[in-house]
Amino acid sequence: MRRFLASTVAASALALMLGMASARADDTVDPTIKQGGAITITYKDDVATLDPAIGYDWQNWSMIKSLFDGLMDYEPGTTKLKPDLAESYEISPDGKTFTFKLRHGVKFHNGREMTADDVKYSLDRVTNPKTQSPGAGFFGSIKGHDDVAAGKADSLSGVTVVDPYTIKFELTRPDATFLHVMAINFSHVVPKEEVEKYGADFGKHPVGTGAFKLAEWTLGQRIVFERNPDYWHKGLPHLDKITFEIGQEPIVALLRLQKGEIDVPGDGIPPAKFQEVMNDPEQKARVVVGGQLHTGYITMNTTMAPFDNVKVRQAVNMAINKDRIVQMINNRAVPANQPLPPSMPGYDKAFKGYPYDVAKAKALLAEAGHPDGFETQLFAMNTDPNPRIAQAIQQDLAAIGIKASIQSLAQANVIAAGGDKAGAPMIWSGGMAWIADFPDPSNFYGPILGCAGAVPGGWNWSWYCNKDLDAKAAEADSVVDPAKSGEREKMWSAIYDKIMEDAPWAPVFNEQRFTLKSARMGGADNLYVDPVHIPINYDNVYVKDVQ
Amino acid sequence: MIAYVGRRLIQSLLILLGVSLITFALLYLLPADPVRQIAGRSATPETVENIRRQLGLDQPFIVQYWHYLTRLLGGDLGRSYIQRSEVTELIVSRLPASLLLMVGAILCELAIGLTMGLIAAVKRGSATDQTLMVASFVGVSAPQFVVGLLLLYVFAVRLGWFPIGGYGSWRHLVLPSLTMGILGAGWYARMMRSSMIDVLRQDYMRTARAKGLARGAILFRHALPNAILPVVAMIGIDIGIFMGGIVVVESVFGWPGIGQLAWQAIQRVDIPIIMGVTLVSAFAIVLGNLLADIIAPFIDPRIKLR
Repeated sequence: MRRFLASTVAASALALMLGMASARADDTVDPTIKQGGAITITYKDDVATLDPAIGYDWQNWSMIKSLFDGLMDYEPGTTKLKPDLAESYEISPDGKTFTFKLRHGVKFHNGREMTADDVKYSLDRVTNPKTQSPGAGFFGSIKGHDDVAAGKADSLSGVTVVDPYTIKFELTRPDATFLHVMAINFSHVVPKEEVEKYGADFGKHPVGTGAFKLAEWTLGQRIVFERNPDYWHKGLPHLDKITFEIGQEPIVALLRLQKGEIDVPGDGIPPAKFQEVMNDPEQKARVVVGGQLHTGYITMNTTMAPFDNVKVRQAVNMAINKDRIVQMINNRAVPANQPLPPSMPGYDKAFKGYPYDVAKAKALLAEAGHPDGFETQLFAMNTDPNPRIAQAIQQDLAAIGIKASIQSLAQANVIAAGGDKAGAPMIWSGGMAWIADFPDPSNFYGPILGCAGAVPGGWNWSWYCNKDLDAKAAEADSVVDPAKSGEREKMWSAIYDKIMEDAPWAPVFNEQRFTLKSARMGGADNLYVDPVHIPINYDNVYVKDVQ
Repeated sequence: MIAYVGRRLIQSLLILLGVSLITFALLYLLPADPVRQIAGRSATPETVENIRRQLGLDQPFIVQYWHYLTRLLGGDLGRSYIQRSEVTELIVSRLPASLLLMVGAILCELAIGLTMGLIAAVKRGSATDQTLMVASFVGVSAPQFVVGLLLLYVFAVRLGWFPIGGYGSWRHLVLPSLTMGILGAGWYARMMRSSMIDVLRQDYMRTARAKGLARGAILFRHALPNAILPVVAMIGIDIGIFMGGIVVVESVFGWPGIGQLAWQAIQRVDIPIIMGVTLVSAFAIVLGNLLADIIAPFIDPRIKLR
């Protein structure tokens, strides 16, 4: 539901971050690309906020990335970590101290130079409960985090400004994901004076160090970004201006794209028009397809009869015809057999999952004491295509005797039902599914399959809690030796294989991304399905008509 | 008269208070936790409780409602949970667009509806009359979402006469006004027709005809002014229907009004915005009805204020 970060690289990213690794930035930009031109992007919904400590939806996520920078970032179009505002970094042998050297001469949009004090201020701010940041929890491994979270301290004791261009982080435990955390928006650097000037309205008056600066925000109508002429990364961005037009239905956006009025419909190709677009060779040629770190799944409440019986859950796994569901959504996804998506490190290629086998599913149900099936409820979000998918699941379940009535509700209501132990026997996750915050297998465990998420209001909707696996997960995340990164992945694979044995989920599919662009848009295809930037990487794309 | 208006004003205030209480209670009972929405997926239970305390959402219902009311009296509608902006600022920035659309829609429905009704009344019982009445029925029943997309496709995409959605010039206004207007036009056509038929039956019409006045003069100078007034008095009441329609029409045309704001807020359970838009709409409806009732006796002296 929230943001998407996909990965193809995992191993190289891990190798970069582990052990005594030290790395330097490589900032080469293709010098033959001329700067200039303007593009128009459309969105249906209002942009919520452009405050990096608060923005946490897929729409403002990449807009914020163009206005602000963090210590780390990813190579454009990939999930390969690279230093960004940091020039280089060092990790201590025990994996508990990270020291970053900052770039000199990086300026905020207000003209002031950014220093290590700003980095510390930004992290103190995001972890302070008064900020109400949805990302505060990501910084839990930094020393002093608990005191700040509890309101006992105003500043993270584990973050030290060594000199204006050096900052040191001390962690309470070796954290295999820390460099990713330094790349997410919540750790992006903000200038104290502007935050204090605008207070709660900083999100409407964002000032960062990013490639673009905010030129205009007309509520409910448009947001305009202008090129930051002082951007530290020479040669970027390529575009002079980006206009985001707000309040445009996806279907209207598509019509406007066909008339050449806009360049990228931010909400994608509307499902009703997908086939039509893909059947037209001219339009299809302008569609870029990519994977994303997403899995759509059915949760079964393991604390509720009859789903407290593992055989019933396994029977459901065998009853679902995933190929048919994928066809139903016009092949915009690939069938899934495990919680992790294929491009995630730790994905078990050898794992075959449960076959689609109605007879065997019926036999399992009979073994579990339900030869004639039972009645239950399937919750699903009420926007297309989710009710249709829920109906397909309902039919598949009916074939083995399970009579599921569909509860089609607004997103917030389904989430609320999932977070209530007695709320929902089964949920189809479509429209609310887990999308990784960063490309690491641990990100698919804790909140959605671990004991920590099996709490009222949590995201572990199957209420599956296996203390043994929790211990194994903690063990895997403390493996910081780069030589053992393969081993760490295997540990995670084993955890997910065991989960599938207990079958709290029936994984259904992994969604693919389809970005439609105008003919004038230039740049490598991976910039248009950039795992970190949805819909596109604004800093690195260019327009052909100024070349 | 003054006593009447005073009584109606008190009634209106009570209605608004009731609307605010019912909306607040419904949103309170909603099985969705706004704090979880704000806190996001990675939030620890402490963060969630912290935010809940800061927003005062840990208080009992009646305390929350009382706080809301006291702030409301100071003109403060609160701060949006998702957008984190002042609700007043969001609504004020979008009201002009909705008011403009309302004016456009009223012009459209009057122009189309009154014309149709007038022709139907004059040609009463003919094929034209029947065709017009069927058309008005279709106009009343057609879903606005479909009408909007249809108009958009024909006049903007195919013919290119108008822009494909958006806001800014009079050309942007035509299609959404028409979409809203077609619904109202259906009602006005029917009301106009019966009102006109009623007037044409009156004795003074027979007198006018007997005097040998021209048909046009009879219709436009004598019949129309009398027939049109009770119909026009309905505009105030129309605002209620209008408030329902803008949610759909503004979404279809990307019209940056309060209907679109409401629709987005409902999808994201942004309670302060939902409350704010509901109150503003209720205020508009109450005001519209009040004005309609006060103006009615001036237009039609047969109606008396009591």
